Amino acid sequence: MIEARQQILASVRRALGRDRTPGDPSVIAQHIAAHGRGPQPRRSQGDHAALVERFIGMASEASATVESVASDAAVPAAVSDFLGRENLPARLVASPALRPLSWDERPLLDIRFGPPEDKDLVALTPSLAGIAETGTLMLVSGADTPSTLAFLPAVHVALLRKRDIVGAYEDGWERMRAAAAEGKPPRSVNFITGPSRTADIEQRLLLGAHGPRRLHIILIDG
Amino acid sequence: MHATAHDFPANAKKALGDARLQGTLGVIEGNRQRRAATIARLPEWDQLREAAKAIKTHTLKNLDLYLERYEAAVTAAGGSVHWARTSAEANAIVTAICRAAGARRIAKGKSMIGEEMGLNEHLVAAGLEPIETDLGEYIIQLRGEPPSHIVMPALHLSAADIADTFRSHHRDLDPSRPLEADQALLDEARSKLRQAFLSAEVGITGANFLIAESGSSLIVTNEGNGDLSQSLPRVHIVLASLEKLVPTFEDAAVILRLLARSATAQEFTSYCTISTGPRRATDSAGPEQYHVVLLDNGRSAMLGTPFEDMLRCIRCAACLNHCPVYNAVGGHAYGWVYPGPMGAVLTPSLVGIEEAGHLPNASSFCGRCEEVCPMKIPLPKMMRHWRERQFSHGLGSPTPRWGVRLWAFFATRPRLYRLAAAAAAWALGRLGAKQGGFRRLPLAGGWTGTRDMPAPQGRSFHALYAERRR
Repeated sequence: MIEARQQILASVRRALGRDRTPGDPSVIAQHIAAHGRGPQPRRSQGDHAALVERFIGMASEASATVESVASDAAVPAAVSDFLGRENLPARLVASPALRPLSWDERPLLDIRFGPPEDKDLVALTPSLAGIAETGTLMLVSGADTPSTLAFLPAVHVALLRKRDIVGAYEDGWERMRAAAAEGKPPRSVNFITGPSRTADIEQRLLLGAHGPRRLHIILIDG
Repeated sequence: MHATAHDFPANAKKALGDARLQGTLGVIEGNRQRRAATIARLPEWDQLREAAKAIKTHTLKNLDLYLERYEAAVTAAGGSVHWARTSAEANAIVTAICRAAGARRIAKGKSMIGEEMGLNEHLVAAGLEPIETDLGEYIIQLRGEPPSHIVMPALHLSAADIADTFRSHHRDLDPSRPLEADQALLDEARSKLRQAFLSAEVGITGANFLIAESGSSLIVTNEGNGDLSQSLPRVHIVLASLEKLVPTFEDAAVILRLLARSATAQEFTSYCTISTGPRRATDSAGPEQYHVVLLDNGRSAMLGTPFEDMLRCIRCAACLNHCPVYNAVGGHAYGWVYPGPMGAVLTPSLVGIEEAGHLPNASSFCGRCEEVCPMKIPLPKMMRHWRERQFSHGLGSPTPRWGVRLWAFFATRPRLYRLAAAAAAWALGRLGAKQGGFRRLPLAGGWTGTRDMPAPQGRSFHALYAERRR
């Protein structure tokens, strides 16, 4: 094992001519520290209202559905109305991070907090950010946000605050770094653009391969 | 995987006569049209290509430093990096990790490195049960076939083929169930594979990028299978080759903007999942172990050679989709894991020009592959390098070798060339004047076998060019 490591690195160094001049670690340290951005697509720029519009447009194009609510207080009603509209049972599993919402107002909603199980049909999660350029949600794992919620149940309802909508992927990385503990990114970061899909049968698009068949985004004002 | 690239001429001939295959290959046209439309919506496309090329070039020029930095970051996050010189070493490492974890069942996300290693065969021989979870990979695993495309592995199959495959393998289900609808096929696979995700002790995925700054692995998927494979089982193993490294998340973002658009004509794939180490003390989900198997398998030997540019490849398959040869013969004819133009360059590097010498010749040199390549890889130039090496190593059959020698003799004597070309054109023009073309020509049977050679119309291009310039 150690031999394989040494031999591969030696072979790389030889090819790079490092046997004559050793590599300078400050070159890569500078490149990393700079976190330099590549060309930023014009569609990722603009004022916040324009980015919100773009986010909604691009997410809808990717077959997600989007609705807006005025505040956190309106979320339980929006969730239970969505389940009713879609003829889904009034039962869901949610990120523990969402426990503080006013669920008491909807006593008929059967809600459990924690990681999902096979039988769970609907999951509810928060989002760290929304990225306007492609209508992409950004979720991060943590004590109160198990990452499997976004993949195992057939329906994923995601909450997103309007102020968390940013333009470009790089703006998302900045949010991720700001939220990170000890300079490490969260164990898992999920970019999600629309529901799960496949085109493996004669290149015809089908939704709901292994992940959710439905992605519903509830945008919260403020 | 065992290579049969030396059989390319016979494989290609068979593929051309396979009406069913020719029908399924027709769907690639739709991908090309959608891709062009998606790219047209992003005016920064060419700037992004340049930036992506610069990122990979910088990384490759400092690959030793980035590899060490990456390894240190993985370790700091609680994961382990295992270095493998060859496929055999990599297979042994994966098997050892599975055994140590007491695993029996393995949920696999799609990985071309896994195909390159022939990992499934190896795991089965070791008494383990690997289950491919990407729908296309699952179908071909049931059929015991290799993928025919690096993004769409079951491209060569029709819906009816898939229904037959499910009927013959899913014996526990009602044999008279209807499987005509695509949705029925998908639902059946979904319920079968869900059991795999939930019961597997180990999940194996590939990596689209390894990120040096944080020691993270990043995969893109549409189905969500790779994401479940790496979050539900107790152990996650990432298979990646050396050149998957990029320095930062910002660098990954540049290339991510190219990858999905170029591969599947999507603005972005449904999922892009980044993992850094195993589950942490405070996490409520995720694997307890995180391993990366870092495979060389001939890549370090490509650095500093004319084939270094190939290490920028991000496996989007745009070169396959735009290649007239791939579109005519499909992926299996190439006889190894990587087909199309990228395979014609990479396969000889990894399995040897003696085995794969036909592949760099399976090109019309139309240049579309380089034109569409998001990483600006000069594929035709590298195919020419292989042809030169093949010639200088005395490989290949005698007729073309003598043909090239004969052509070189004339080409280096311009006057003689013009004279001979004019004479040949005149003679062919006279001979073919009556029918306007030739059904058959000596030494050109490969060409005239499928089309007629039109008779030359009169004077040579040289003569016309000289006249117009005046």
